[in-house]
Amino acid sequence: MSSSINISGVDRIYTDTDGRNVQALKSVDLDIRAGEFISLIGPSGCGKTTLLRLIAGLDKPQNGKLSIDGRAITGVDPERGYVFQQGSLFPWLDIEHNISYGLRARGQLKQKKASVHEYISMVGLEGFEKSYPHQISGGMAQRVAIARALINEPKALLLDEPMGALDSFTRADFQDKLLELWKEQGTTMILVTHDIDEAIYLSDRIVIMTPRPGKISRVIDVPLPRPRHRGGVEFLALRREILELFELAQAQPQPEYVI
Amino acid sequence: MSTAAVELTAPIAENSSSKAKTAWNYKNNAYFLLKLLFTVSGFIIAIGVNILFPQKAAVEIKQYTLSAFGLAVDLNMNDAYIFILAALAVIYLVSGLRSWSDKDSRRKFSKNAAFRFAVGAALAVWDIGGTKLQIFPQPFFPGPAQVCEAYLADSEYILQNTLYSLRLYAAGFSCGVLLGVGTGILIGWFPKVYYWVFPVLKITGVVPAVAWMPFALTLLPNSFTAAVFLIVICAWFQIAFLTAQGIQSTPKQSYEAARILGSRPVDLIFHVAIPHAMPDIFTGICSANAMAFTTLVMSEMLGQPGGLGYYINQSKVWSAYYKVLAAIVIMAVLFSLINHIIGRIQKHTLRWQEGVVKK
Repeated sequence: MSSSINISGVDRIYTDTDGRNVQALKSVDLDIRAGEFISLIGPSGCGKTTLLRLIAGLDKPQNGKLSIDGRAITGVDPERGYVFQQGSLFPWLDIEHNISYGLRARGQLKQKKASVHEYISMVGLEGFEKSYPHQISGGMAQRVAIARALINEPKALLLDEPMGALDSFTRADFQDKLLELWKEQGTTMILVTHDIDEAIYLSDRIVIMTPRPGKISRVIDVPLPRPRHRGGVEFLALRREILELFELAQAQPQPEYVI
Repeated sequence: MSTAAVELTAPIAENSSSKAKTAWNYKNNAYFLLKLLFTVSGFIIAIGVNILFPQKAAVEIKQYTLSAFGLAVDLNMNDAYIFILAALAVIYLVSGLRSWSDKDSRRKFSKNAAFRFAVGAALAVWDIGGTKLQIFPQPFFPGPAQVCEAYLADSEYILQNTLYSLRLYAAGFSCGVLLGVGTGILIGWFPKVYYWVFPVLKITGVVPAVAWMPFALTLLPNSFTAAVFLIVICAWFQIAFLTAQGIQSTPKQSYEAARILGSRPVDLIFHVAIPHAMPDIFTGICSANAMAFTTLVMSEMLGQPGGLGYYINQSKVWSAYYKVLAAIVIMAVLFSLINHIIGRIQKHTLRWQEGVVKK
């Protein structure tokens, strides 16, 4: 249950409130393999969320093509699940109904009623079925958002900084949960983040993007075996490599020093 | 070190044990019993005043015969007044005894005791000043027993007028809510409708509904439909305005989330926009409700063949202010009841909102 995604020559230009054109993405090419965990990382304004929205079909490019398993992406589709940064749960629905929303929207609730509880327990929210979103913590809410996306059995899951609003302890838990789900479901995972550690800990490959105009500057393989150790030597070496890349990417002359 | 610790802990321990035994609050049975008597004593004082205080002012006390369920009862106004006071005393006594074993309702009941006593005491003072001695200017401030007399003398007529008001309100307000929510959704959802209808709504919405009365009375076939029309427009504009605002303030992200999960565009109205607008819809309904009461009574006073407003007007002509007061008391009870029902529906519908549901 996974898909490959091809992006070639994609341009996206916005007109801002002052009427100026802003190039959010410039000639972006990327091939995402089926079942891969890939992270898009970069400073704000580098177009990572824009790219994710294009893959989701929430937005259309001016130039270039996006396709999934060879079919062009023309609009949103439940086969590509999406998890927003925060606050995307429907506050008027309790946790159970938030999670089953996709089934109801697609008229499959009757056939797949049993899977609702399966997904509730998969993200560890048993006992909170009847709670409303304002009654649960931010980390729990994001787990609900993931379960809600996964219940549609997507072939790709797009995650837009889903851990951005979480504290670091909740975040570490959440990352492990995400890896567990990925292993179980085999879904292609595309994660937007600005946290280098998170990208290294989770991904097979890391796509490094730079702003003005937003483009891909490098794609780095993460050859580390799983489970990864956040303080491991190779982990830290990779971390330093990416940090140095960003200093280069900002095109600022840095004095050389030895640690 | 050790002695200091003992000194510190000893008074606390003593304090907590004494608290458990003899704390003088609602948890204590004797205290609660006193509160219960205090609650009821106000009404008993009022009964005592009515029976024992000599009737100094010249007030004619007529006998009325009430017949219901094949029984005929002879009553005068004092009997009816005492009956109501006794009923209130019994109701509070029973509710007090029922909350005997429940801590929360005990606390609530104890808290309300002073106010309920004051109600009874105030009725007693009103009785002396209004009927017994007629210290208050007459005939504007008849005593409570005389207000009860209105119910005895006009029981059937008051009931008829109350039902007339209720019918007017129910017809007008339910149409107003339906139309208001309907147009509000259209305005909020379709930009074209917003462009053409919203400015009209904004301008006409500030005009008090009764200002349309001359048109309503001449253009509509009868006065009932005219009054319904006035209530409809007063509810309609207010509710449509707020519903449209609620629909329009739905976050874009909610729509996107729903679309990605598989909602069709039509579903977005019913599954996302309307649930999101619900708090605003209820704000509209509540404020429209208050205006509907005003419009109802005013239109009844100005051109209806029935209703509580009509009854007030008619009684005023005969200077029967005790009947005016009787109608006002019915309005207070009836409108509070309607508010309470709407509040209950609102609380149930918006139970997902923060602050509405207690955790």
